[in-house]
Amino acid sequence: MNQDIKITITDRDGVSHNVEAPTDMAMNLMEVVRAFELAPEGTIGICGGMAMCASCQCYVLSDHDLPEKQDDEEAMLSEAFYVKDNSRLGCQIQMTPEMEGLEVELAPES
Amino acid sequence: MGIIMIKTDILIIGAGPTGLFTVFEAGLLKLRCHLIDALPQPGGQCSEIYPKKPIYDIPAYPEILAGDLTDKLLEQSKQFQPGFTLGERAETLEKQDDGSFIVTTNKGTKHQAPVVAIAGGLGSFEPRKPLIENIASYEEKGVAYFIKDPEIYRDKRVVIAGGGDSALDWSIFLADVASEVTLIHRRNEFRGALDSVEKVQELKNKCKINLITPAEVTNIFGEDHVEGVEVVKTGEEPFRLDTNCFIPLFGLSPKLGPLATWGLEIEKNAIKVNNSLDYQTNIPGVFAIGDVNTYPGKLKLILCGFHEATLMCQAAYQIINPGKKYVLKYTTVSGVHGFDGTSKTAPKAVVKKIE
Repeated sequence: MNQDIKITITDRDGVSHNVEAPTDMAMNLMEVVRAFELAPEGTIGICGGMAMCASCQCYVLSDHDLPEKQDDEEAMLSEAFYVKDNSRLGCQIQMTPEMEGLEVELAPES
Repeated sequence: MGIIMIKTDILIIGAGPTGLFTVFEAGLLKLRCHLIDALPQPGGQCSEIYPKKPIYDIPAYPEILAGDLTDKLLEQSKQFQPGFTLGERAETLEKQDDGSFIVTTNKGTKHQAPVVAIAGGLGSFEPRKPLIENIASYEEKGVAYFIKDPEIYRDKRVVIAGGGDSALDWSIFLADVASEVTLIHRRNEFRGALDSVEKVQELKNKCKINLITPAEVTNIFGEDHVEGVEVVKTGEEPFRLDTNCFIPLFGLSPKLGPLATWGLEIEKNAIKVNNSLDYQTNIPGVFAIGDVNTYPGKLKLILCGFHEATLMCQAAYQIINPGKKYVLKYTTVSGVHGFDGTSKTAPKAVVKKIE
């Protein structure tokens, strides 16, 4: 039995949105942002979720235990702008029950 | 020299998979195509962002690399001799009195056609510029985001920033051209083809490339031209590095750009089209196909772009040949007859008596 989880996403205009994300659809955070249209089409998920464009960069505000960064995410973030210590690529964060209560903020478009 | 006007039947903006397949479908209808793309090579995202990644939903290809798909599409439409204006961005669209359109690029190249097909994906790829406050004032004055002519770096001191393939490849190339090449990256690790990484290592060992990692360029100095950059090595004091040229290579990001000012109906960064008929936009004669368009139920898939391109070509045929009757012909029956004189046809069945 899979349940929706509640997460909080602050968009690029600083507006925070509480959304319910399904955990049974193999969705990642980037896809949740697109599904709820929290960033204009064409400004997020440009590469489709291959960790190859950094358009879904976000700052993780809650202290969730996130899966370790893979090499490609690490490499992409090292070429991205506005990167902070808590930067992650949304496309690499899967919506699982463990992500309940996750709080993130979208990084500026670049 | 007068202004040259490139004339064609269908002017395609965007040389990604959808644009390339349009050439084939148009060719079957004896319509010629010319493609404009801001990137220096055809393939769009497939060649620029993920050439080595597999795609699994191209019909009849259980798996194909994006770069190989581009090659196959080029091969498939080769006999229809498409023209290309590469490395130039379509800037303006002007409707003429005779109903045709003139599209001019940022470099001033002019193209004229009765039909324009926008297959621009997410837009034209623009370089991602690092967040250095005064960088814009040094563009064309020592700062470049593309390397067009490597010769201008001969015997100059060059600083390259970035950690991907283009940063590696250009560092290798310029090591033989420039008097000094410095490569700066935020990490010690680079993301690139293995042999590029190894080659940079070798050139670094031979002191032909000066490698500074993990570090970042944080400022640019110079009166009217780049004279130096400020480099911050993680955890250390900033220092000045003298250089004539600073080349940040942080990849490209697509922007809808000038298309947005052409009077097209735009919704969610995409061009609205009539999907019940022919993918025409609100400007008659201008179509939008592939990822760049939107309509109820739109899916941004390559295979949907192929379908849209095919239907669009039928509408283009009617515009170019008004009133002419057309019957669909199957390639298996009619073959493929190129503008280059080549023909492909299915072999005739063998009809022979068995004694």
